[in-house]
Amino acid sequence: MNALLAVENLATHFATRNGLVKAVDGVSFHLDAGEIVGLVGESGSGKTVTGFSLLGLVDAPGRIVGGSIKLEGRELVGLPQAELRKLRGRRVAMVFQDPSATLNPVLTIETQMRLALEAHERVGAAAARDRSADLLTRVGIPDARRRLETYPHQLSGGMRQRVAIAIALLNRPSLIVCDEPTTALDVSIQAQILAQMKALAADFGTALIWISHDLATVSALASRILVMYAGRIVEEGPTGEVLRKPAHPYTQGLLDSLPSIAAPGEDLRQIPGSTPSLANLPEGCAFAPRCAFADAACKSAPATRRTATRAVRCHHPLGEVAWPL
Amino acid sequence: MLGFVLQRLLQALVVMLAISALVFAGVYGIGNPIDVLISPDATQAIRLATIAAYGLDQPLHIQYRDFLLRLLAGDFGRSFVFNMPVLDLILSRLPATLELTLVAVLGATAIGVPLGMYAGYRPDSIAARLVMALSVIGFSVPTFWIGLVLILTFAVSLGWLPAGGRGETAMLFGTAWSFLTLDGWSHLLLPAVNLSLFKFAMMVRLARAGTREAMLSDTVKFARAAGESDAVILRRHVLRLIAIPIVTVFGLEFGSTLAFAVVTETIFSWPGVGKLIIDSISSLDRPVMVAYLMLVAFLFICINFTVDIAYAALDPRLRVKGAA
Repeated sequence: MNALLAVENLATHFATRNGLVKAVDGVSFHLDAGEIVGLVGESGSGKTVTGFSLLGLVDAPGRIVGGSIKLEGRELVGLPQAELRKLRGRRVAMVFQDPSATLNPVLTIETQMRLALEAHERVGAAAARDRSADLLTRVGIPDARRRLETYPHQLSGGMRQRVAIAIALLNRPSLIVCDEPTTALDVSIQAQILAQMKALAADFGTALIWISHDLATVSALASRILVMYAGRIVEEGPTGEVLRKPAHPYTQGLLDSLPSIAAPGEDLRQIPGSTPSLANLPEGCAFAPRCAFADAACKSAPATRRTATRAVRCHHPLGEVAWPL
Repeated sequence: MLGFVLQRLLQALVVMLAISALVFAGVYGIGNPIDVLISPDATQAIRLATIAAYGLDQPLHIQYRDFLLRLLAGDFGRSFVFNMPVLDLILSRLPATLELTLVAVLGATAIGVPLGMYAGYRPDSIAARLVMALSVIGFSVPTFWIGLVLILTFAVSLGWLPAGGRGETAMLFGTAWSFLTLDGWSHLLLPAVNLSLFKFAMMVRLARAGTREAMLSDTVKFARAAGESDAVILRRHVLRLIAIPIVTVFGLEFGSTLAFAVVTETIFSWPGVGKLIIDSISSLDRPVMVAYLMLVAFLFICINFTVDIAYAALDPRLRVKGAA
């Protein structure tokens, strides 16, 4: 497979009144065409900012201060906004968490889809309507032609998110960043949309970066998982392996805090403490203050250790994998 | 929709009734019009006869009832000063104010909203700061002073534009309008600018605040993520999102300017209703005052109703279910 996306040492910082917030600090990963990767972490770990960085949509005071993002071999960091705009929607698109906030409440679905189409090509009203209706049908919206005339508030939450997904797919991008697109939906709708998304990605050959704090959702969808903590990727590997044998204590903590049907009534295990303020991270390993395994070594920043398929950024990785230093 | 209209109509009736009571109490109940109407050296017999002729010897509620009945018959009385039916008098002055107000409010909106949107879109740019400085001036400098400065500059010093009056008019729908002739426009320009400055400032601030908020919304982020250009986003998304407060203020400003363009009309001797009401107050021309206040209330009811309809057109979420 050919690499679709290669992110190297990406750093996105926010110069705020309370100091420099290193929301994304040295993130590297790659993505193959058509691959689905889960980007997992707690709130404030930098997942969403990573997503926005990929689209060149980091708002001031945020700024990509270093690193490289290569999409289909083309460097995106430092590209002028006008060039980035041409790529957005056509090469890389994004779906957001809350569909009732993303769709414009005062425009019909048809208008919104047409604007997304017109952003990249001249298209007549009839052709735009045909293509929009076709996509709505493909994302599972029945009676698509009639839906085109409706406004977002006339649709259910699940339908709205399907519309947003259809808009993201409209210009057939090779990558869609999905920022918790099912978090705001009912569990049953979630499952439907997950299945549909997987099928659509395969159909369109679109790669997905699925950002979520929910390991269960990601495990149903992604072939690989990236675990993010305090602006860095701390663990990476094939979904099954990471979930069965987590190497980073943080990943272990995330898995432990999942409610389990197998042991009902038991207290959930929590990761002690809370995510550190990104404005002043501790020296060394950012997770050390919350980690049961932390010792003197953790005062220095751990390097990323890699095997053929996995990577971990920890001085004391769990499990029996022989991690090269 | 029909239910909505009926409901509003009923509300309008109640409001008009309340206004009529207030106006009656304010204008008829206080003071003694007889002192104005007849000469001070009239005999007591003439005095009493006049009082009886105007029904002023009746108890208050009877007077109010008669007043209402006359209103219902469309009889607002005759002006003491002009000695002609008040309604005709006001309607003859209204077009002048109407065109002045329309030019001022439309101009303020057409210029203020785009500038305000730009100021909200690029809040740190020099152009945005200039626009905001201009809006502070528009807010804080009194209308009469600006009016005088405009006259001094453009009429007296430069001599480009006339200082007052309506200029040449042309007929349309049986009334005279200034905006149909070039000379009329030259007369219209200064008072319209004078009148619009405050509204311009308000529109700039509204559009700026709305745009700043909208630009941070997920709707705009999503549109940008789809590759839409900022120009398209501002024109197609943001403008629609901020339209409701702008239409609200447009309606209110249109109404209050139509009713109370007094200062500007006086300075530029524009023969509109604002000038008429000031003249009527100083000459105690009661029927004119009453009719005018009732007309203003009626205007506001009409404007608010139109604004409500516009809301539904602008925001589909406000359309009543099953209306369409």
